Amino acid sequence: MIFNARSAWSIYRRELWRFLRTAFQSVLAPVLTTALYILVFGSAIGDRMPDVGSVDYGAFIIPGLLMLTLLGETTSNSSFGIYMPRFTGTIYELLSAPVGVAETLVGFVGAAATKSLILAAIILLTARIFVPYDIAHPFFAFVFILLVAASFSLFGFILGIWADSFEKLGIIPMLILTPLTFLGGTFYSIADLPAPWDTVALVNPIVYLVSGLRWTFYGSADVSIWVSLGLTLAFLFTCTAVIAYIFRTGWRLRD
Amino acid sequence: MSDPILELSGLTKVYSGGLKALDDVDLTIRKGEIFALLGPNGAGKTTLIGAVCGLVRPTSGTLRAFGQDLQSDWRQARARIGLVPQELSTDMFEPVKHAVEYSRGLFGLAPDPGRIEEILRSLSLWDKRNNRIMELSGGMKRRVLIAKAMAHEPDLLFLDEPTAGVDVELRKDMWHQIDAMRARGVTVILTTHYIEEAEEMADRVGIIRKGRILMVDEKDAMMARLGRTEAHILLAEPLAALPPEIAQFPVELEEGGRSICYRGGDGTGKGREEVADLTKALIASGIDYVGIDVRESSLEDIFVSLLGDEEGEAA
Repeated sequence: MIFNARSAWSIYRRELWRFLRTAFQSVLAPVLTTALYILVFGSAIGDRMPDVGSVDYGAFIIPGLLMLTLLGETTSNSSFGIYMPRFTGTIYELLSAPVGVAETLVGFVGAAATKSLILAAIILLTARIFVPYDIAHPFFAFVFILLVAASFSLFGFILGIWADSFEKLGIIPMLILTPLTFLGGTFYSIADLPAPWDTVALVNPIVYLVSGLRWTFYGSADVSIWVSLGLTLAFLFTCTAVIAYIFRTGWRLRD
Repeated sequence: MSDPILELSGLTKVYSGGLKALDDVDLTIRKGEIFALLGPNGAGKTTLIGAVCGLVRPTSGTLRAFGQDLQSDWRQARARIGLVPQELSTDMFEPVKHAVEYSRGLFGLAPDPGRIEEILRSLSLWDKRNNRIMELSGGMKRRVLIAKAMAHEPDLLFLDEPTAGVDVELRKDMWHQIDAMRARGVTVILTTHYIEEAEEMADRVGIIRKGRILMVDEKDAMMARLGRTEAHILLAEPLAALPPEIAQFPVELEEGGRSICYRGGDGTGKGREEVADLTKALIASGIDYVGIDVRESSLEDIFVSLLGDEEGEAA
């Protein structure tokens, strides 16, 4: 398979430049929102909440809040990255270039994932100001955040190709991802839910992501880390396959 | 004939709604030429460009560029093709130089600041290199699109309506730019519905309508073959009928016998000679005249006439 590294690098660099150009909106806004959640639920209310397992409530919600921001921002960044060229017509340049699916994904998805990693690092450092916490498995935490960032960048890319209006672009992050993350154990442990809701909650795929990230922080979670990792990888491969199909058929890209 | 640089054979495109935008198009473009594809709006010009540049999936037919199949060896071929789109489609927040450097990198070429400077200078954009594209005038924005298309040094360049909506001065400036590209050895295919543009620039002309190529020929040959001379001779006294020595010319009486209209020739100047003979015949016949208006038909007349004939046949 031919891979044009210069093309991929050009797309990647340009997307990051676009991110830095709008750093005020793309970095400060999500960091501020997450910091407010941590300040209110972690610092202010958290002191009056019982520990979850052996973890202080303020520290308990940090992985969930990080996941909440990560999913929303990654999906939005990636979907906007490909939707805007389609909307403005500048995609002609990408489609007429000697660039295939691999270069496009490395460029767009790689840049979106990088933005998410930067964002995650800033959020974790900001959270440390308000709530003391430790990361039990830093390597796993990095790998897990990387996998989530990559897979939801791919998902966002699909969303950006599927959407034919700004309204559709916002529907999935706002009306599906955010509610599922709130109900996915961000603020509570699934095990604390009354039956049958503790079982019903397992239908929510975000539960496995929040739980997986929480395990990397505190060494315990609602579901096994391997199940979380396996499902995340499966999601990543599914999204990659869908994008490969989109490029092969030209769906919504080529007339 | 020069080597073909682009060969389209049986190219057909039917959009999902059923619109047949290209209908069995056969077209060969020669290396180094400027080819003008003329046609009214909706004729299929942009679809044809899109099919070659990878923006449109052909329904059937073959496309070969530089001897390579564009559908299987698209990477090598596309690396040598540039496209200037009709719409001003570019990231308006991006500085000019940044945008052009990106285009070069996107096509897989290593950074070359000297080459980028050369391109920007040739398009009078160097002084604006750090300006955001949104700060430029419409004409300058179009130049940026040309600079972006030239950044990867293409051998074949498509210009889709390069002067649509620009003023006369800028249009002439654009023609100079296209001439400069030809001088650099770039093969240029331009679509336009400004016939004057094709007349000024093109080596060969193709006429497309409803997705079908009606005619492809050397511009001069087309004008010689289909061109006409038209002369109006204003008579001093009205005539009731043409005498036989005058009626042997392709003429007719107009305006109640007050003028004679000549339509003939072939676009090579033969018509003017015949008009001169006609005036001599008029004098010899004792018919006095007070004015002559002679006009060679333009490519536009030919274009309109061809499309008119096609309409007539269709009806």
